[in-house]
Amino acid sequence: MTRKVIKAAPKKTTMKKAIPSDIDTQAGYVRIEDAPLLPPPPSEVGVTGWLYKNIFASMSDFGSVSATLKSVFVAASTLFILYFLITQISGLLDFAIFSAVWSDPEGLKRQACWTVEQGGALPNGWHAACWPFIEAKAKFIFYGAYPSDDLWRVNLTYALGGFMLAWVMIERLPYRKIVGILLLTVYPVMATVLLTGGAFSISTGTIGGATILGLALITIGRLGKAGYVSGAFGDLALVAGVCGWLVILFAAVLAVFAIDFDLEAIDTRDWGGLLITLVVAITGIVASLPLGILLALGRRSEMPVARFLCTVFIEFWRGVPLITVLFMASVMLPLFMPEGVNFDMLLRALIGVTLFSAAYMAEVVRGGLQAIDKGQYEGADAVGLSYWQSMRLIILPQALTHVIPGIVNTFIGLFKDTALVSIVGIFDLLGAAQSTLADAAWSTPVQGLTGYLVVAVIFFVFCFGMSRYSMFMERKLNRSHKS
Amino acid sequence: MAQPQNTAEQSVDQKTIVSMRNVNKWFGQFHVLRDINLSVDKGERIVVCGPSGSGKSTLIRCLNRLEKHQDGDIFVHGIELNNDVKNIDEIRREVGMVFQHFNLFPHLSILENCMLAPIWVRKTPRAEAEEIAMHFLTRVKIPEQASKYPGQLSGGQQQRVAIARALCMQPQLMLFDEPTSALDPEMIKEVLDTMVELADDGMTMICVTHEMGFARRVADRVIFMDEGQIVEQNEPEAFFNNPKSDRTKLFLSQILGH
Repeated sequence: MTRKVIKAAPKKTTMKKAIPSDIDTQAGYVRIEDAPLLPPPPSEVGVTGWLYKNIFASMSDFGSVSATLKSVFVAASTLFILYFLITQISGLLDFAIFSAVWSDPEGLKRQACWTVEQGGALPNGWHAACWPFIEAKAKFIFYGAYPSDDLWRVNLTYALGGFMLAWVMIERLPYRKIVGILLLTVYPVMATVLLTGGAFSISTGTIGGATILGLALITIGRLGKAGYVSGAFGDLALVAGVCGWLVILFAAVLAVFAIDFDLEAIDTRDWGGLLITLVVAITGIVASLPLGILLALGRRSEMPVARFLCTVFIEFWRGVPLITVLFMASVMLPLFMPEGVNFDMLLRALIGVTLFSAAYMAEVVRGGLQAIDKGQYEGADAVGLSYWQSMRLIILPQALTHVIPGIVNTFIGLFKDTALVSIVGIFDLLGAAQSTLADAAWSTPVQGLTGYLVVAVIFFVFCFGMSRYSMFMERKLNRSHKS
Repeated sequence: MAQPQNTAEQSVDQKTIVSMRNVNKWFGQFHVLRDINLSVDKGERIVVCGPSGSGKSTLIRCLNRLEKHQDGDIFVHGIELNNDVKNIDEIRREVGMVFQHFNLFPHLSILENCMLAPIWVRKTPRAEAEEIAMHFLTRVKIPEQASKYPGQLSGGQQQRVAIARALCMQPQLMLFDEPTSALDPEMIKEVLDTMVELADDGMTMICVTHEMGFARRVADRVIFMDEGQIVEQNEPEAFFNNPKSDRTKLFLSQILGH
């Protein structure tokens, strides 16, 4: 039997490759010397290896007719794509930089960007960016009608936020947790006061009432903890205690809003441009994530009422277009309000955008929750963690890590959807840029292109930044180490 | 909070850690546990065996409320298992569990896996929790892996970490749900050795397992389950050498036949 096999084996294999000796194929073989460890071939390492793996791998097989055809096809399409990219990028660079008009020292305005044919000084056929136009309109594109004397307030808000965000993101710095908490609690209050001017007319009665309510709830919570509240109401008492602290916090925020910091009040109708885009997008992003997580947990809850309410909420907001939501917020909502009550249009839009994206976020997070193995829930239960502990410590860290791409997708979508607020009369970045195009003093054929280019670049920088940071987070949090 | 029934139960028998009386459980139409009566004393080592689908895993999962029984009484450590969340939490604090698939938390290091429950459930200070964790990691012989993540360990090592994680809560009772069934053959021994040591230290254990050698060596009592019922229980010698019921004989011949 074995002899037959030995005889047959070399016959077969010699067809393809010469086997050095047929000894390897024999049963009962014993290796006497270790095979030497050899350095890898050049196609595996170094510059050659990189080039091979990343560029030439799929176009260097000429072993057969079909493989040769494939290699030629891949090489041809690579060249075509390169050609396309080079022409496009050089065209863009030429438009934006090399041929662009950079300054308007004589104050000619539109004439600075006119060709001879059009009545200006530039050669006929010139077609490139008109940067003096953007320079003249920069304040409006970035801040809208915000008073020029008060722009420092916006800039200070940006600087503070950027500084704190950078602090949280740089891992070597100390106290990152504290800075993060301040960024999410104190900063929004400060930003609101700085941007609007604060000193809202909130009666002391309201603040006092909220404080008393908060204290009362906290007292109930204390009684519950001490065991004075019996049975099923014990848990309710604990919930009341937590709510009490939230109410106190709310009262404190109201109190800060009521203080007069001697800043000029600036109506949100005067806000505009990038300021609006950032306010809407950042508020939406920061508020929709926790809200979305709660909705997702609610939809997977074992409590039928909570599950039903969360499902209804999610399906309602997902089923309605954002434009409709914004229209409802701007047109319909005031109809239901009592006479004289009128709350800020921007605030209404903010709430609409937040609830809308929270519904999307909830479904993304739910996807992550469903990917978690049942064993993780059981492991957490078995060591005695409570529901909220196991969610916070075990389930959510894993679920959210799984769905970082989906979460950031929703963030980016939200960021770009802020452009829709312009249809209810709020001038976001795109709306502000568009309205500058109506200025006849700068009317040139390249006016629109230049304006839209700026808007596109700003949107791209923010969205690409989020995308890159999310990829960094994904790599950092990947602890599965599944080799 | 007075629970007269509890105290009565305790005073009757201080030694008893688990008592199940007329316990029934259904999964939908399927009657998975049928009239279970079981009492386990402190320090006792019980091995539960039986064909797959016989309800043995469900039985021990009922003891820490991973599964809910619908009928009958279960007392663990003198506390009645009912819908009261406080009772459930109290019982889970005293009952450690080791799963077939380890169920370690992959996003936490080995040390963090072991420190988590003492810190959050027992409110142990961090430094002390770390000390406890290292103590038990040393006991299962993998202190050097403390800073690694579960995904970097072999199956046998992961299961030993899972045992250490359960021990860090310093439980009164350990439940093992087929702890070696998901392991490669060469890793089964290291886990069994750890369990034998634990048994020798006097831990009360209820193990669902197919490792009959382990049962012979450490069990005080072997329980055979079939179709949701306890069919036979006896000391290991008598159980293996002289099984009484036909179903036990059939089962033993099937698993010891080769």
